[in-house]
Parts: sequence; structure tokens; C-alpha cells
Amino acid sequence: MATTTAENGVAAGRRISLGRARWLWVALVVLALLPIVGGKTGLISDYGFLQLSLMIVYAIAVLGLILLTGFNGQISLGHGAFFAVGAYTSAVLIDQMNWPSLATLPVAAIVCFLVGYLFGLPALRLEGHYLALATFALAVAVPQILKYRHFEWFTHGVQGINIFKPDPPFGLPLSGDQWMYLVVLAVAVVMFWIARNLLDSRTGRAMTAIRDHTLAASTMGVNVAHYKTVVFGISALYTGVAGALHAIIFEFVAPDSFRFELSIAILVGAVVGGIASLPGAVIGGVFVQVIEKYADALTKKITAAVNLPLDLEPWTIYGIALIVLMYTMPMGIAGGLALLWRRLKGS
Amino acid sequence: MTQTTRRMLLAGVGALALALAASPASAQKKYDEGATDTEIKIGNTNPYSGNLSAYGTIGKAIDAYFKMVNEQGGINGRKINFTSYDDGYSPPKTVEMVRKLVEEDKVLFVFQTLGTPPNTAIQKYLNAKKVPQLFVATGASKWGHYKDNPWTMGFQTDYVTESIIYAKHILANVKDPKIGVLMQNDDYGKDYYNGFKTGLGKDADKLIVQLSTYEPTDPTVDSQMIQLKNSGANVFFNITTPKFAAQAIRKAAEIGWKPAHYINNVSTSVATVMKPAGFENGQGILMAQYLKDPTDPQYHKDKDFLEWKAFMQKYYPNGNLTDGSNGYAYAVSNLLHVVLKQCGDDLTRANVMKQAANIKGVQLPMVIDGIKANTSPTDFYPLQSLKMHRFKGESWEPFGEVISGEATN
Repeated sequence: MATTTAENGVAAGRRISLGRARWLWVALVVLALLPIVGGKTGLISDYGFLQLSLMIVYAIAVLGLILLTGFNGQISLGHGAFFAVGAYTSAVLIDQMNWPSLATLPVAAIVCFLVGYLFGLPALRLEGHYLALATFALAVAVPQILKYRHFEWFTHGVQGINIFKPDPPFGLPLSGDQWMYLVVLAVAVVMFWIARNLLDSRTGRAMTAIRDHTLAASTMGVNVAHYKTVVFGISALYTGVAGALHAIIFEFVAPDSFRFELSIAILVGAVVGGIASLPGAVIGGVFVQVIEKYADALTKKITAAVNLPLDLEPWTIYGIALIVLMYTMPMGIAGGLALLWRRLKGS
Repeated sequence: MTQTTRRMLLAGVGALALALAASPASAQKKYDEGATDTEIKIGNTNPYSGNLSAYGTIGKAIDAYFKMVNEQGGINGRKINFTSYDDGYSPPKTVEMVRKLVEEDKVLFVFQTLGTPPNTAIQKYLNAKKVPQLFVATGASKWGHYKDNPWTMGFQTDYVTESIIYAKHILANVKDPKIGVLMQNDDYGKDYYNGFKTGLGKDADKLIVQLSTYEPTDPTVDSQMIQLKNSGANVFFNITTPKFAAQAIRKAAEIGWKPAHYINNVSTSVATVMKPAGFENGQGILMAQYLKDPTDPQYHKDKDFLEWKAFMQKYYPNGNLTDGSNGYAYAVSNLLHVVLKQCGDDLTRANVMKQAANIKGVQLPMVIDGIKANTSPTDFYPLQSLKMHRFKGESWEPFGEVISGEATN
């Protein structure tokens, strides 16, 4: 009796995951068809596709941080710095050496992995909030370094670098923004797939073991130093690729794009989405783009609609949304939804 | 039914045109995206938040101006739909907002986007898309480079012309000048600085004893001011935006540094610079200007000043009547008004550009009498003259003649 229930449970679980996989595929196909359906009918403008692409880009960046913080227990307040390094690697290669845009992605990935790995070495000695401060310093320093007078010949200082995004190949009947949306989507799918497999592997188990109990993990023979630095590198790689994609679709990089607010935004995205969850990264990416960009406009509209006598600051809605979310869904939106789903199932 | 009425109407209009012996082209309406029979859509970005939000009043005043125009029946019967977004003077934000304006709001052109770095960031995009970037709110000399960027045009007397006038004034009036320069570290600052060096001539590097820079995101310029004082300079060329200009003037007084002080006319507003800096600290500061300072009593009986004041009170009652930026906005909006009137019913992007390059001797309101706007297909600098001013009491006092510069293509 007991065994059959268990077996049923397993089967049900498998069915659910199969069902989930099917839904994932459906969602991906719908997303991939958007340029044809939404673009051709004029439902979604090129600017709309840019917005969608940016959401996906931020999802990749948030995923990088989730791997580090959510699955390895290392806190970073400076992922905007890796985002910037990726973006500038791409932009400088395109601008100075006329590289094709997409060929710069692997280079940005490698550069960011190395930077992250090297930064991870000394950072190993720092735990918890000390590491948070060290990474924060990095985030504050990077925009200034990009403006540094002797780097200006390739960074163009505060003026930033203008690049043009690639045209769709083979004469595909797509606009540049629609094509790049597909590219970004494909890159994201691959990156998420790799992340899922990584977490499912020995390495993934070692990562979470270090997060849960570092001492116990090292007793079990996990090389803590090695894993921590490599995870730092991988995390930087993810965020760096997101940065490179951002540079290409946005066609512009400037030190101002990568102020420390960006690092905070990525962290907030990770926490709001769900710090130890892959779907959480997607939700976090959407949150970063939507709330950041529209909180201002929304605040204005609400002020006008309700005829509020006071002048609300543009960030009011953002703050309120954050507080409400943290109180109602401490595990992030992904965690909250999972809990809700279980409750509904249970009742 | 509608078809026939429209056709009849057209025929009627045609007949009328012929009867009036007007050119037949005037009956032909031509539109690009952003213009219709009833509306012209114009896009803009301004820093309504952030360090340079003092400039945000320009966007609000332009909005008020077109509210007035619309109430008076619009331009050639079309209402102006003016959309302005906050970019916080941050180039990446400007890029995003301008893409939204062009691709989603579908404006006919963008007008008065503010700041040199933001405009530099969007210039390539707009020229590639062939969307006019009209009368940008920055005096960089590069906005007049019509050959490289035929879809971009400046407005105010450019920084190079202005700093050459200062350099000449220094050489003529200061004995043994040792010059200290405070400069915002971007294109805007460098444009002034390079023009200044050109104006000083061969000995520029010897005459300039100290160059200190700051970033627009810095909180203060206190340490730079101390550095400048310690360099022993007796002339101070102040290339700063309003917030920093006020800080610099105040700090100079605090540390007891009294050089011959020249300030760029970007930051000469009494309301946003001189008053916060403290009037007693600003006495004797020099600058060259093309705008009428609204706080100067000598202009208070001028017809254009009274019109501007009435406009402000009716359409922008929250606006500051002592802020020169509001006069500036009125002047530049007026120039756009002239251009759009000239466009008639041909509201294509090409024709907007063509008419913008066809301004002949227009005396704009709130611009000093005798300084006229002129453009041609080879001259994309609408204003090119200035008058020297000295700060006295609580306002700027003009002296000398109107000085004209040459186009700096």
C-alpha cells in the first residue's frame, strides 16, 4: 500500500515535470514566434522587442548572481561591474577592430570568467558582509575606471561608444531588433540549460553543500577554495555575457549605464525573483526591466489619477512594491508562486 | 459618400488655390510619420530628475508654450503634441527614451534634447534613421557640422565662439594673466576648453597654470577650487553646469580667492546659480550672453519680455520668473514655431530640415536686440553673437557691443 502510494507519487511527479517541460516548450515556441506574429501585425514595435530583449538580458544577469548567491552562498553587490566588463569587451571589439557583433560574445564570456575568477581569489578570504562590501567597491570603481583619461582612446570616456547592431542574416524578413530578440532568446535558453545541468551535477551538489555548511562540505572532501573561485568566475561569465548582449542590442555603452545602481538592481531582481531558483531568474529579469523603467511613469499616472496633493518621488512605487513583496513572498515571487500552487493543490 | 465629399473638398481647395493664384504645391499635403492633418508630434528628453534637474524647467516651459499655441489654434491648423521624457542627463537613458519616441510614439522629429553627452549618444541613431534632431539644448560646436550629420542642428551661440570671446577679453584686459580653469570632464567641457585655448593663441599652455576637472556625478567641486587657488591663478575660467557653478562661486569666496572670474553662459541664471551662490559672492563675474536676463530691470518694459511674462503667468504659473532658462525655452520654442509655419503642409522630415536651414534674420523674443537667428544649407548655427555682461547687485549688466563669431564648421 505504502509502496504503491510512493510509486504513484513518483509517477505523478514525473508526469508533472513532463507536463512542465511541455509547457516550457510551448512557452518557448510562443516566444520564438513573437517576431512573426507580433512584429508583422504591428502589435509589437521595434522598441517593444528591445524591451523584451532587455528583460531576457537581465534574466541572464540575474541568473549569474543566483548561481553565486543562491546556490553557493557568496553575496555580491557588484555584479554590475561584470556586466560592464562584458559590455565594454563587446563594444570595444566591435568599435575598434570591426568584429562581427556575435563573435564578441565568447570573448566577453572568457574575459568575464577570468576577471571573476581572479576577483574571486582574494575575495575567498572575505566572508559574508565583507565580501559584499568588497564587491560593492568594485561596482563603484568600474564606472570611474571606464572614464580614466588614459583609457579614453578605446573607451571614449563619458561619451561612451556607439555601435550598430547586426542586420538579420540570409535576408531574413526581420528587423534588426526582432532578429536580436531571437538571438538573445536562444543564448538565454542555452545559458539556462547549462545552468540547470550544472546544478544537477556533482559540481552543483558541491556548490549547495558549501552554501549550506562549508565546514561539513570540506570534511566531505569538497575543495571549497576551488569551487568558490570557479563559481565566482562562472557567475561573472553569465553576467558578462548579459552585458555583452546588452551592448549589442542597445547599440550604446557608457560608464553611466553601469553605475552601482545596476548592481543593486540585479541583486533586487534575484531576491524578488527567488534567490535559489532558475525560474526566479526569469521573473527577476522581467522585474528589473519593468519595475525600474515603469515605476516612474506609473507613479506619475497614479498621482494624476487619484489627484494626490503631494508630489510623489519617482521611486515611491518601486519602494512600496519591494516592501510588499518581501513581506508577502519572502522566498521571492518564484517561491511564493510555488507555495501558492501547493496550497491550491492541497485544498 | 465620404469619398465623394473628400474629393469635392479637395477640388474645392484646388480651385481656391488656383483662384488665389497661390502655388499649386501648397494644396499638396505631404506627411511623414508623426504628422497628420490635425497633429504634429514632437519628442523631447530633459533631466527632470538627478544632479542637473535645474534644467528640467526648460522642458516644462516648452510644454507650456505649445499648450498656448494649441489654445490659439495650433500651427497651420495642426495641434502640437509635445512628448517629453526624463533622462536624468544620463546618455543610456536618453538612448532608450529617444528610441521610444521614434519607434513607439512615432514623433516627426525630436527637439531640444538637452545636454552634450545625451545628444552625442543619440546623434548617430537619429541620423541613421533620418529623424531631425532640431535645435539641441547644448552649445557644443559640433552640432553645426551639417556635412557629417545633416539631420542635426544646434541653436545657441556655440561654446567655441563664446570662449574665444573670453580669451580675447582676458588678453586685452588682464595684465600678466595666470589662468585657472575648472572644467566638467566631458565633451561640453572640452569644447569650451579647446575654444579657449584657440582664443589664447600660441601661449595658451603657458597662460593656463591649472586645469581642474570634475565629473557631473560628483557631489561637490570643493577640492578642485582649493587646488585652483593654490596654483596662484589670477584669472578663473569657470566651465561648469549650474549646480557646480554655484558651488564654485561660493567656495571661491569662502577660501578668499578673488581672481578675474569668467563664467560660461551655461550657468548664469540668477535663480539657479547666482542666488544660491550668494549675490555678495558673485559681484564682478564676467560672461557673454545672447539671452535677456529676466531679472534685469532694463528689459522689463520690452514688448517681448511682457509677452513672455504674460505667457509664464498664464501657462506655466509654477515657473520661476527669475530663471533665464524659461526665457531660453520661450525663445527656442518660438524659433521652432517659425520653422513649422514655414513648412506649411509639407510636413516631411526632409522639409522640416530644409526649413530649419532656411531661417532669415529672425529676432527671437527674449534674445538680446540685434542678435538674430540665421541659417542656410551651409550654416547650421542659428545664433552666433553675444554681448559681454558683468554681475552687479542682483543682476547682469550688459556692456560693450554685440560681438559676432564666425561659423566653426
